[in-house]
Amino acid sequence: MSAILDVRAVSRRYSLPRRSLLRSGPVLTAVDRVSFTLERGRTLGIVGESGSGKSTLARMIMAFEAPDEGEVRFDGRTLHTLPAGELRLLRRSFQMVFQDPWGSLDPRRTVAWSIAEPLRATGADQVGRRVDEALDQVGLRAEDGRKYPHEFSGGQRQRIAIARAIVTRPALLVADEAVSALDVSVQAQILNLLMDLQEELGLAMVFISHDLPVVACLADHVLVMRAGRPVEAGATAGLIAAPRDDYTKSLLAAGGLMP
Amino acid sequence: MIALSDVSVGFDGARALRDVTLSVARGERLGIVGESGSGKSMLGLAMMGMVPDAARIAGEIVLDGTAMSGAPERVWRRARARKVAMIFQEPMAALNPLQRLGETVMEPLLVHQGLGRSAARARTLELFDEVGIPDPEARLRQYPHEISGGQRQRVLIALSLTCDPALLIADEPTTALDAHVALRIIELLVRLADKRRMALVFISHDLAAVARATERIAVMYGGEIVEGGPTPAVLAAPRHPYTRGLLGARPGIGGQTPGRDADGRRKRLPTIPGSVPPLSLLPAGCRFAGRCAVELSHCAAVRPEPYRLPDGRFAACHLLGAGT
Repeated sequence: MSAILDVRAVSRRYSLPRRSLLRSGPVLTAVDRVSFTLERGRTLGIVGESGSGKSTLARMIMAFEAPDEGEVRFDGRTLHTLPAGELRLLRRSFQMVFQDPWGSLDPRRTVAWSIAEPLRATGADQVGRRVDEALDQVGLRAEDGRKYPHEFSGGQRQRIAIARAIVTRPALLVADEAVSALDVSVQAQILNLLMDLQEELGLAMVFISHDLPVVACLADHVLVMRAGRPVEAGATAGLIAAPRDDYTKSLLAAGGLMP
Repeated sequence: MIALSDVSVGFDGARALRDVTLSVARGERLGIVGESGSGKSMLGLAMMGMVPDAARIAGEIVLDGTAMSGAPERVWRRARARKVAMIFQEPMAALNPLQRLGETVMEPLLVHQGLGRSAARARTLELFDEVGIPDPEARLRQYPHEISGGQRQRVLIALSLTCDPALLIADEPTTALDAHVALRIIELLVRLADKRRMALVFISHDLAAVARATERIAVMYGGEIVEGGPTPAVLAAPRHPYTRGLLGARPGIGGQTPGRDADGRRKRLPTIPGSVPPLSLLPAGCRFAGRCAVELSHCAAVRPEPYRLPDGRFAACHLLGAGT
């Protein structure tokens, strides 16, 4: 199998505001030489807490920003050197789901309009049929497309955000804390939906969360990050059964019932 | 310390709480667990006498031996200044961004406890030290935005301790924090409850946090307590179908190992079907009817009484009454 996503030693640094007039501000290395590959149809879980660099990494995978060093190769092509037009077309193939579905839904437009947005942005045809199909795939009805976001519950709105992400039939879905704001029972439904979609559509997934037990239930491989650096990586079962790093152990313990 | 019997809170046509009965003794730690719309936050507000004006409240609330039902706001305000305190999920929202941390914590000491400035300052330093804030002197002069979320929650806890409360209500106090920071805050709350002989009501959607923080647990659904008892016993062997569903749906707790089954399909999580209905559409009988995996024909219409189990446990489910 060929890798759909190949992340090679990417780093991203930000300069912080200067504290003195005479010296430039300190530099924060948000992501420090992170590498991984992801096969088609598989899931990589990225686990870390605030400040771990996991969201910065997601933005580089999505080509929202370019790495300072290293490269992100999607389907064999280096994203941040592609001409803008080519990148725009290629965006159909990788889409993202965020923690807050409101971020990708316009409260004044129907749900169908918001779901169709990535299709319009990449100039696809048969928009209506594709939107209905996406609604069906996330367990909603075609009629739901005529409603507005506020008419849905939090879990349903996340389904709508997922429909918007899969409407272009991407090969890769990046989910950043996509179930973190949901109640436990709704969270389980959405996790199962992501597993269904992965099997139906052959999606590769990068699933990012602070919650290691959640990540473990759908990832084939897990990468644990702390302060921008990878601290541990491996096949999920092995990493859960015998975590080597103390930080990984503490993340695992935090989700369990025993003190 | 506080006892509620048959407390209901209603908004026109819908009941946010229905006949809630519970009590917490001094030094005891009670967990209230539930999902959005379960009524857990409303229960916290009822214990503080802070139910919204539009609501009708019924039932008995006895706080430290004083009947508070129907008590005027003046009486509640006195109680909040001297006996009960509350902390919330987002400490930033409870702290004045323009006020130095020292001023914020000193204010109730000056106003409610009648301390002079130097005594209030000394007391604030003691409280900062008690809640584990390093370098308290320096913190006095800082603003909320200059410290981390975990430190802010500690400042808020220090603020809540200014009235030397006999009851502390913590509503999702660890939800916005990273896991290891949350653990430290839970340890702090447990230690404070122990040392001060303070009753702690820990409200959270997070089963793992409640498991660590509390000795007894009350599981809420649709404005009712559906199951209760000692925390380890309830979580180890839940008896109410909702509690079972909730524990099963949470990865890493339900006992199911993640991975793929024999034919290579990824294992699905057990789920509770549907979603929590709006308050006005909850069934008149068992609130969980319509979503329950083991529902009987009369569940939606007939309300189950809390069925008493050994070891001080109870669950409101017809199946238990039927002896199964």
